[in-house]
Amino acid sequence: MSVQNQSCACGETDQERAYAQIANIIDLYKNKQGSLIQVLHLSQEIYGYLPLELQEFIAKNMDIPLSEVAGVVSFYSFFSTVPRGKHTIRVCLGTACYVRGGKRVVENLQQKLGIDLGETTKDGIFTLEVARCIGSCGLAPAMMIDEKVYKQVNVNKLDSILSDYNDNEENEVINL
Amino acid sequence: MINMTINNQPVQADDGLTIMEAALRNHINIPNLCYLKDIHQAGVCRICVVEVEGAKNLQAACTTHVRDGMVVNTNTEKIRRYRKVLYELMLSDHSQDCLSCLRNQTCEFQALGKLLGVESSRFEGKRSQYHIDASVAITRDMSKCILCRRCVTACGEIQETCVLAPQNRGFDTEISPAMGLPIGTVDCAFCGQCTVVCPVGALRGTTATDKVWDALGNSKLRTVVQIAPAVRVAIGEEFGFEPGARVTGKLAAALHRLGFNDIFDTNFTADLTIIEEGTELLHRVENALTGKPAVLPMITSCSPGWIKFVEHQFPEQLGHLSTCKSPHTMLGALAKSYYAESIDVNPEDMYVVSVMPCTAKKFEIAREEMRNRNCQNVDAVLTTRELAEMIKSAGIDFKTLPDEEFDNPLGMSTGAADIFGLTGGVMEAALRTVYELITGRELPFENLHVTPIVGLDQVKEAAVTITDPVPKYEFLNGVTVRVAVTSGLAGARKLMEQIEKGESPYHFIEVMGCPSGCIMGGGQPRSRDENVRAKRLAGLYTEDESKTLRKSHENPFVEELYAKYLGEAGGHLSHELLHTHYVKRGGFNELSGLSYSIDPDPEHKRKVQPREHSHGASAMPAKSTREEQASPQLLELTAENARLKGELADANETIEILKGVFNKTN
Repeated sequence: MSVQNQSCACGETDQERAYAQIANIIDLYKNKQGSLIQVLHLSQEIYGYLPLELQEFIAKNMDIPLSEVAGVVSFYSFFSTVPRGKHTIRVCLGTACYVRGGKRVVENLQQKLGIDLGETTKDGIFTLEVARCIGSCGLAPAMMIDEKVYKQVNVNKLDSILSDYNDNEENEVINL
Repeated sequence: MINMTINNQPVQADDGLTIMEAALRNHINIPNLCYLKDIHQAGVCRICVVEVEGAKNLQAACTTHVRDGMVVNTNTEKIRRYRKVLYELMLSDHSQDCLSCLRNQTCEFQALGKLLGVESSRFEGKRSQYHIDASVAITRDMSKCILCRRCVTACGEIQETCVLAPQNRGFDTEISPAMGLPIGTVDCAFCGQCTVVCPVGALRGTTATDKVWDALGNSKLRTVVQIAPAVRVAIGEEFGFEPGARVTGKLAAALHRLGFNDIFDTNFTADLTIIEEGTELLHRVENALTGKPAVLPMITSCSPGWIKFVEHQFPEQLGHLSTCKSPHTMLGALAKSYYAESIDVNPEDMYVVSVMPCTAKKFEIAREEMRNRNCQNVDAVLTTRELAEMIKSAGIDFKTLPDEEFDNPLGMSTGAADIFGLTGGVMEAALRTVYELITGRELPFENLHVTPIVGLDQVKEAAVTITDPVPKYEFLNGVTVRVAVTSGLAGARKLMEQIEKGESPYHFIEVMGCPSGCIMGGGQPRSRDENVRAKRLAGLYTEDESKTLRKSHENPFVEELYAKYLGEAGGHLSHELLHTHYVKRGGFNELSGLSYSIDPDPEHKRKVQPREHSHGASAMPAKSTREEQASPQLLELTAENARLKGELADANETIEILKGVFNKTN
């Protein structure tokens, strides 16, 4: 699943288009019991994140109380209510990864990026999160950046891993 | 009927009961916390766990149903230990400032600790840090919340307003409006039902006692107090009377002793409301019958929680609301005009206090619309519970007080006003007067009670056909007036949806925001008497029947008020003082954007520490120190040091876990 970031740069029309797309999705799922998570999931893919206004829109159109929508959004760590970075780093802290040093990877990333868990770097490139087991226990400690899984990560490998993404970003900035 | 065994005693129980109910009927009390009969039986707190033979785990007695041949133990060593651990775990994340908590000694959590014999609190650790979220009507202090979710049930399933819901997860869970928005900024109706069910001090009405004590101590102020109908059959419970006991005379005496200058009765303006609202209804019906524009059905507007609800949820339907203010704001407006003029007091030197069964009334007086001539109509609202506290703290022995009377000219009322405090009462009072105005005859029901709308059902309806009216109301001849009554916001929503679709068959609807009406309002004493509703209801009907005058238009002081001051019902002065308008708010408060949040009282202000992140990773050095560390060598050493420390901590953790495992297996 790709997490697109249309939050900051999007003009009025982009936002309207996103809302129209989300309205279509809601129409599809509206009368199906227990489809809120699916709608939120797709909405986040379209809009990038789930701010209060979007949650209100979903609550109103699905006829579900806002407090319940917000309850679901805040329950699952996958959902975000703040704009996210271009890339999402998810460090696995499942049992195997935790024992093999996942915690140290997290600490080191926090230090390198200068952000806390759940936050996004100032340049908007990375969002740092932890995951509870990504199913790659054999590769522990594992970490994901967007869709890509990195195996047996340790503190020394982090710089080279991150530089891949940083370089791309710099090029793009220059192009702009 | 099934046969089962509880604590080695053979007992019989009805099919379909829970273990908790079956035990209670056999006089066995199972300790419980979140359980609230018929309201909240969700097995959340697990305190009521019992041993059921054959079951793998302990079972929650409040949700497990009885079976034939079931063998249950409610009091074994294992259960006692289990309950204590559960209690201590809850206690470990509970702000333990019990001595300065309003619920001290009325706290169910505190009482449970005593019951379980908890003497220590073994689990020290991180605590949730929350700020106090105060609004004009309801104050939330989530540091005291034990996550029992009774309020979620009251808000979501009983009132169907769904303002409060669990947010976040695990240790971070908080019962709150969406995204932690302040309660004063969302679509909360301030009905206060959550404050009635809250077992601890987490949800409460925003107290006004300090303000009222200050006013009473200020000799420059003329203090006026008024009492709502439902208070007089409930406040006795705080002093050991049965629910429904009528303590009107003692209440008046207590207020005199507290030092109020004038003791008035909201009942007086309830009578007045009937005249004003009845006139408005007749006017609307006449317009409708003669082809003029008229919005029908008309809906009562005495219940400020209901008003706020409809302003949020049905902002396009506000035309259906009667424009009458609620009785207590009418009384405030009259005290500061009619009465102030008659005793030659500057309205600005007058302080009007309302004693109400309601938390929403606290919000109502803060509305911009509830002001006349630069003065707030009512200056402070005390709930029934707060007044009881004040009486106790003033050292007044309520039980032995003599009966005293309310003061005139705003203290006299008819029986019709008493029943304003219960569901169906406003409608019945209105019908008594309107029917008689139209036909010149008394309402044709035994004892004046409109039987189809008496009782506690969610939506009740009645129809009265007008025959042989007086000449003025000839246009009503043969018309069948249809009325409906509901209490609780869930029923109100149903009737409003009908109106929205244009399918409402009614002319007049009475809505009270709380289930059963004001007798079960959000400011009333918390009762665990199963029959509390019926008892308070009976109390008010008896109060009504005990009076000689039982129809609002018979109140001589109301007649005098119109003759001396207001002129005619629905006239110019009435409109200035007694009528109001409403605000479109919208479901997310997006239409008005008005906020009713306030700063918590200074006395409740605490040192609030920023909330810690509770994610898996441990706290990192602060950002500033990170920047200060300039030398790369030092940085490297520090990193290595941190890594080794982390490894050591991990190793220690593993040792602890293994120790635990070994101990268990041994």
